[in-house]
Amino acid sequence: MNTPNTYIGGHVERVEDARFLRGAGRYIDDVTREGLLHACVVRSAVAHGRLLSIDAEEALAMPGVHAVLTAADVAGEIPTIPFRRPNPKIGPYAQPVIARDRVRYFGEPVALVVADSPELAEDAAELVLPEIEPLPAVVTRAASLAADPLLFPGTTEDNVAAVFTATRGDAEAAFAAAALVVGDSFSTQRQTALPLETRGLLAEWDADAQHLTMHGAAKLPFFNRRAMARMMDLPETSVDYVEHDVGGGFGARGEFYPEDFLVALAARTTGRPVKWVEDRREHFAAIAHAREAEAQVELALDASGRILGLRGEMFMNVGAYVRPNGMTPVRNCAQFMSGPYRVPNIALQATALVANKTPAGTFRGPGRYEGSFFIERLLDMAAAQLGLDRRTIREVNLLTNAEMPHPLAQIRPSDGSRAETSCDSGEYAEAFHRCLQAFDWEEKVRLDGRLIDGRYHGIAVSCFIEGGASGPAETARMRVAEDGGVEVYVGSSAIGQGLETVMAQIAADTLGLPMERIRVFHGSTTYLAEGWGSYGSRATVMGGNAVREAGLALLERFRALAAGRLGVGEGEVSVVGLQAVGPDGVVLELADIAAEGLASEAKFLNSDATYTNGTAAVHVAVDPETGRVEVLDYVVCDEVGRIVNALTLHGQVTGAAVQGFGSVFGEELPYGDDGALLVGTLADYLVPLATDYPRVRCLSLESYPSPTNPLGAKGAGEGGIIPVGGAVANAVASALRTFGVAPNHLPLSPARVWALLNPSE
Amino acid sequence: MKLPAFDYACPRTLEEATALLAEACGDAKVIAGGQSLLPFMAFRLAAPGLLVDLRKIAGLTGIEVGDEEIRLGAMVRWRDILDSAALAHALPLLPAAIGHVAHYQIRNRGTLGGSLAHADPASEFPCIAVLCGASVDVVGAGGRRTLPAGDLIAGPMETTLGDDEIIVAVRFPRWPEGRRWAFDEFALRHGDLAIAAVAACYDMDGPHIANARVAVMGATDTPQRVPEAEDALNGRAPGDDTFGTAAEAASAAIEPTEDLHAGAAYRRALVGTLLRRGLRASCTRQREAAE
Ligand SMILES: Cc1cc2nc3c(=O)[nH]c(=O)nc-3n(C[C@H](O)[C@H](O)[C@H](O)COP(=O)(O)OP(=O)(O)OC[C@H]3O[C@@H](n4cnc5c(N)ncnc54)[C@H](O)[C@@H]3O)c2cc1C
Repeated sequence: MNTPNTYIGGHVERVEDARFLRGAGRYIDDVTREGLLHACVVRSAVAHGRLLSIDAEEALAMPGVHAVLTAADVAGEIPTIPFRRPNPKIGPYAQPVIARDRVRYFGEPVALVVADSPELAEDAAELVLPEIEPLPAVVTRAASLAADPLLFPGTTEDNVAAVFTATRGDAEAAFAAAALVVGDSFSTQRQTALPLETRGLLAEWDADAQHLTMHGAAKLPFFNRRAMARMMDLPETSVDYVEHDVGGGFGARGEFYPEDFLVALAARTTGRPVKWVEDRREHFAAIAHAREAEAQVELALDASGRILGLRGEMFMNVGAYVRPNGMTPVRNCAQFMSGPYRVPNIALQATALVANKTPAGTFRGPGRYEGSFFIERLLDMAAAQLGLDRRTIREVNLLTNAEMPHPLAQIRPSDGSRAETSCDSGEYAEAFHRCLQAFDWEEKVRLDGRLIDGRYHGIAVSCFIEGGASGPAETARMRVAEDGGVEVYVGSSAIGQGLETVMAQIAADTLGLPMERIRVFHGSTTYLAEGWGSYGSRATVMGGNAVREAGLALLERFRALAAGRLGVGEGEVSVVGLQAVGPDGVVLELADIAAEGLASEAKFLNSDATYTNGTAAVHVAVDPETGRVEVLDYVVCDEVGRIVNALTLHGQVTGAAVQGFGSVFGEELPYGDDGALLVGTLADYLVPLATDYPRVRCLSLESYPSPTNPLGAKGAGEGGIIPVGGAVANAVASALRTFGVAPNHLPLSPARVWALLNPSE
Repeated sequence: MKLPAFDYACPRTLEEATALLAEACGDAKVIAGGQSLLPFMAFRLAAPGLLVDLRKIAGLTGIEVGDEEIRLGAMVRWRDILDSAALAHALPLLPAAIGHVAHYQIRNRGTLGGSLAHADPASEFPCIAVLCGASVDVVGAGGRRTLPAGDLIAGPMETTLGDDEIIVAVRFPRWPEGRRWAFDEFALRHGDLAIAAVAACYDMDGPHIANARVAVMGATDTPQRVPEAEDALNGRAPGDDTFGTAAEAASAAIEPTEDLHAGAAYRRALVGTLLRRGLRASCTRQREAAE
């Protein structure tokens, strides 16, 4: 940075918030168009069956109903949704955009009603009658493994979408030499990310221009544009994805879903703009699910608590189809189960099973939350057996900066994304010690396991790494406007994380301008020829560095233009802040040059992941009679390479921790034996309320900048959720140690904790 | 989750309202606070052709604490109950229970008439009405009647109201001074519907408990008294043993319901725990003498 500006690293308040707090945000449902029609998706109420026919006559006869689209309206083969990370085995499991002759999950789209109003569309949807001959539903791991019945008969021979292996060193030898082997079965429950704003799309088809505009983009507009163009048989430039304000993403929102195609098809068929806004009930059945994982895993240790090896099997129920990023949690769980620890020998296998449930995708910390829960439980079990302090067993295994780059387990088959990857930098014990100090472990440990006023107190500590900066690239463009302000266009998407603020900080520091002069535009394909988006904790690192490079290029261009104007060599002009200063002290202002078209572009390339590391410590109290667990204190410390904005960072970490409490204590998507989803409202899906967890403290360090990028930043939007399962479960185990309970299966709802204490009931 | 189409009427008198209901032959519904009815309609669990709004009908609001009884109009909202100093004094159990109902916004709209008519087994007001032996005044096209709250509730989400009948008021007998009471509830998050709750009240006859009443809600398919627990209290001195015995009796007597969040055994245990804890707290909690 060439100026004394110091927005980066400051506690800069979010520039977005004034708009949101005044109710001036514009979400997809606020967008409207002349002649707008409304769509309602008809979904299968049967989890598995043969779709024999669809009777839409009565619905079509209703005044105000314009169309009922079914698979029959799709010319040729039903398109399937492309994978973001293809691998050799998953091909047959891609999701068709609408069911043609078979339905495979409760909620699968079978038709789309288009009508004058959303109410009318829903009235008509009730009259669309799909005739479905039910087949037995595959719900559990056992049924899926038994391949009875097959979900894709004639195409595949089993219900296994993929098997990933994570390997390092020689696990067999390590286990043979171990002083202690601990192992058990663990599971995490099916849930979903639950952005508070449900999904929505508004499609406009311009028949004259043969151009499709999709409003409602989030996460990865450019990939979706490519997918849509292919399905619609259009050139990529004839499709745009436009982002408006987005009420949360968390990995689930913004992927290409069947509705993307169906709403676009409706606009193209009717020639009118068509809007669809998902309601909460269908959201539960339609948006990607996550986290349904079971594991049988073992850890081998020497007598001093050093980890020698890790091995075992994991099974992820990924639902009926493999969605664009459906394999990410599966491969991640295997690759990242070792977390921040030195695990020299690894042999893990992760199997993705299909079943008649909503297809899975990513949810903040995909696979990492699950894997962290498994290994953190194993570490506490090992510490107990070795008679070691639970801090010691972690401390001796945490990676040191001297070991960097530290290679993680290698993933096969390779899905093009970091089959080999290494931790980048960090002295992991540092965040660990800072966390325990802030938590006051020495003091709180006196309460551990004690019964006080009718509740058992317990504490625990968990460590994590978070992968960030998904490659391969991000783009940015800058332009000095006529008023002297700078427009910054970036391929990253805003999903509620404060992107506008962070990008403006980076641009302002690079250019030496006040932040007020920067205007950030993001997330729409209309702004840039290519781009990537926001996922995998990448926006600050990838988008931020792209903005920085565009800023540096803009300054160079400023210098060149100024030199031209002054008739001197470029080397004779220095650029300081807003001014170019010539050899004889002549000063040119940025705005003076703007009319000549002062603009720049940059593409930041980087495929090396960043790894934020951190530690969380928790203090809980368990009511043994009701099974209720209260979180009395929660401290998380992370080391993020470079803190761009402490406020937005802590917002992410706190939010992720609370989201993790939801995961641990209540959120669950249960299914009946017939494959019916049993939850359809927020009264049953127990997401945390704003007031439920008042005690979350976070602190952040920036001692070890990431060597992967000039900003030195590490992705940090997901880490907060990763250690929560392990930390809370271990604290509950510690609180209830006199009962010898093993909380190895999430969630720890009051009823389940009570059941742990009352196994005979 | 969009409402189905319906007609709307906002009559000014009970006569008009009951006539509209009678005319519709079951295809109309009264709307009070709308906090239960509208979600039902949004989920298309109900699709009445006509909504009859009670908000302009006189005489349905108001809390009157008389010498013999306490009268609460059907359109009294949870907020009104929580704000009433007179009720806090005369029937402290009621506001204590209503404090567990839903969230701020919902308490500003939800009414006790709507709660009784909705008859959700996990709602607080019907339980307190049953415990206290309240009577319910009802008006239909054919005239008025009064029935005990316990007779109004026929099952989960089911009442004995006719299609044309409107709840007008609920009357609670006055409590004697010194009556002790208990309320304890377990919900997954504050404001959620109860997984289990218990309510109790009793008088002291010298050193002994008399006139004990115990009711359970949330854990059973209707709010109901538990005579086994009442018997375990009457004639005994308050204390851990007595309360423990009553709690066990209540646990054993009920037929718990099961759902996604709680099985029967858990609910049975919760009822015992809540009653024991509630009764313990009741020793320091009683209706105070008038100033
Ligand atoms: C998120 C949420 C949480 C909630 N949590 C709780 C809780 O913890 N405890 C609890 O008790 N309740 C809870 N409720 C329900 C709330 O208290 C409702 O407001 C109440 O049950 C119904 O009152 P209402 O005035 O809104 O009735 P409405 O919704 O208007 O009507 C409900 C039913 O009663 C009928 N009705 C209404 N008034 C009369 C009348 N005077 N005579 C005859 N029939 C009538 C209607 O026709 C309808 O069938 C919750 C609701 C929500 C949305």
